[in-house]
Amino acid sequence: MRISSFWYCLKEGVKNICRNIWFSLASVATISACIFLFCLFFSIVVNIQHVVKNVEGTIGITVFFDETLSEEQIRGIGGEIGQWQEVSNLEFTSAEEAWDSMKKDYFAGHEELAEGFADDNPLAGSASYQVFLHDIDMQEQVAASLKQLAGVREVHYSNSAAAGLSSFNAVIGILSLVIIGVLLAVSVFLISNTINVAASFRKNENEIMRYIGATNYMIRAPFVVEGIVMGLMGAAVPLAAMYFLYLRSVSYLTARFQILSRIFQFLPLSQIFPYMAAVGGLLGLGIGFFASFFTIRKHLKV
Amino acid sequence: MIEITNIYKTYDTGNKALRNINITIEDGEFVFIVGRSGSGKSTLLKLLLKEVEPTSGKIVVNDMNLGKMPRRYVPKYRRMLGVIFQDFRLLKDRNVYENVAFAQRVIGASPRRIREKVPVMLQMVGLSSKYKSYPQQLSGGEQQRVAIARALINRPKVLLADEPTGNLDHHNAIEIMKLLDEINRMGTTVIVVTHSNEIVNLMQRRVITMDRGCIVSDEEGGLVHED
Repeated sequence: MRISSFWYCLKEGVKNICRNIWFSLASVATISACIFLFCLFFSIVVNIQHVVKNVEGTIGITVFFDETLSEEQIRGIGGEIGQWQEVSNLEFTSAEEAWDSMKKDYFAGHEELAEGFADDNPLAGSASYQVFLHDIDMQEQVAASLKQLAGVREVHYSNSAAAGLSSFNAVIGILSLVIIGVLLAVSVFLISNTINVAASFRKNENEIMRYIGATNYMIRAPFVVEGIVMGLMGAAVPLAAMYFLYLRSVSYLTARFQILSRIFQFLPLSQIFPYMAAVGGLLGLGIGFFASFFTIRKHLKV
Repeated sequence: MIEITNIYKTYDTGNKALRNINITIEDGEFVFIVGRSGSGKSTLLKLLLKEVEPTSGKIVVNDMNLGKMPRRYVPKYRRMLGVIFQDFRLLKDRNVYENVAFAQRVIGASPRRIREKVPVMLQMVGLSSKYKSYPQQLSGGEQQRVAIARALINRPKVLLADEPTGNLDHHNAIEIMKLLDEINRMGTTVIVVTHSNEIVNLMQRRVITMDRGCIVSDEEGGLVHED
């Protein structure tokens, strides 16, 4: 395409937008709403995934061993468990450490009550391993394998915590996909309508172009430009809004609800915005391009 | 050269628009196609523009068989033709210069070429001084001149004119026909569809008369007489 033809198509595309300004604004607003919601859910989902990942790292399986085993034998079994692919980390707690921890939790301020057990650790035989996994969904499977190991007495794990986190994440993901899908369909419908109106405004012009010998490509280009410009405008507005909204929301939430910051570590904007901007921009471009490209086809009778 | 051989055209509605049409038009000829409404004149023009397809028969324009032409070649073929209409079909939001330049722009001509050619065309049709005017500021005759300039700027080999004087008064109609005659003398084949007997008789060129989809006469220097 010649540069002059490119500028001509761009100019005509922008002219089309101005000619049907209200239709165009309605299309841009719908795309904006769609992409804004996408950005909103994107930020929520990636932050939740980040939190889930952090929480997953703290949920472990506790393995207790037969009382007859020595610490050395227990550490031997621990070494074997550590080799498993699903296992990310292991923490050993000896019987003494378990008793010290219990004393701190239950006898704080009344240490004299615990002195009666000085030479007789009530938690003897309670040496354990905390087993942390790469993927919390594997918890049940790994727990079953641990139970099969010789010398393992008991295996404790929280099934509901793992399932709850996984399903919460999935629900948020599905919900956001459904809402974005509906808005996407509305955006495509509105752009298509706007392009149809533009095409009927330019019916005479398109007819002349056909008689003169303009190619379909040349007739179609201004409409596709119109769609793309509307798509990109529809993406730019919510991305800019999201940039400031995210910054403000994070600083407000962390300042207002300090307790949140202990559980929730918000991802910094610099870490999520490049992806958000790329996907949002492509979404706007894609909606604009495909809606206009396919709508104008029926007006291109050679 | 244009060769139309054994052309039949029946529309989906069952209307038999053309029956066994055979015409040969040499390069540089000036031909009138006359006939009443519904005689098939406009269908013939649409076939030449490859806007509709014949039911059967063959059309060859400058050695190009239109029946075998792939769709992607149609725009290129149409650049060989110039076309003007009774209602001028100018773009009302563009001035005279822009209307003529439009024909060059949409086929991807360079801005330099457009700047060179448009003033030449406007001078040829006698509208150099009105290049900034908008169609609604021009008379019917002037608007048709703009349409002619637009049709000719891509240097077509054939000019098709569908009732070019239908919306013009006698004086302007004569002026437009003089312009078409001048264009023909420069080598362009001109085919004019009209039902103005006065114009046809004035020009005294080849006249093809159609009636109910058939050719009833084809005469050189023909005259049409009132029924």
